[in-house]
Amino acid sequence: MARILLFGKLAETAGWRERHLALPADIKTLSALRAYLADSHQEIGAASTRAAVNKRLVHGDDPVSDDDEVAFMPPMSGG
Amino acid sequence: MDVLRLSAFDPYAELKDFVARQSGAGAVASLIGLCRAESGRVKTLVLDHFPGFTETEIARLMAQTRDRFALEDLCVIHRAGRIAPGEPIVLVAAAATHRRAAFDAVDFLMDYLKTEAPFWKKEEGPDGARWIEPRSQDLENKLRWTGDRED
Repeated sequence: MARILLFGKLAETAGWRERHLALPADIKTLSALRAYLADSHQEIGAASTRAAVNKRLVHGDDPVSDDDEVAFMPPMSGG
Repeated sequence: MDVLRLSAFDPYAELKDFVARQSGAGAVASLIGLCRAESGRVKTLVLDHFPGFTETEIARLMAQTRDRFALEDLCVIHRAGRIAPGEPIVLVAAAATHRRAAFDAVDFLMDYLKTEAPFWKKEEGPDGARWIEPRSQDLENKLRWTGDRED
């Protein structure tokens, strides 16, 4: 099962921070997973939402599988 | 690297240690970022982070800073968790042979921490809570470092 993580406002809006999800057979890429999750959590699909697969920031698209940890993150702000 | 702190830290003690371990540097510049009270509107600043990823990304931004400026040493300490007004959020210190590189490195790294470090801020106060996103000024500040100029 893939491990899905949400942070900041995304986690608060969704009401969860971490979920284990058996990926449906047709979800093989980050963009497909993003669209799938955005059905119930619209903000995950927002252009400003960044994604990291196995703690690596993904700029374009990437394959995802049941072994992966996928994090969705709203705009970052440190300092 | 011990960059993240989940409870209050003493930036002055950290800075003292940083200065004490320099041998070749001629200048140390530093910045201490504090949690603002916003005239009583903020009672707590909550900094969410992504353990394991936040540290890696800060290390990446530090490496970028070292690549760009001629530094002897560089230090970042960043809070996460629940922070009270007046408490330090971040310490950035840069040591260099000459002052300009030290000043610029601190300025550069702060601009990148503001917009690229994986933290998410929520202000809690008497009127409720709100999530803070980078301001357009933060993004403009970062743009000062891109473009044609090469240091």
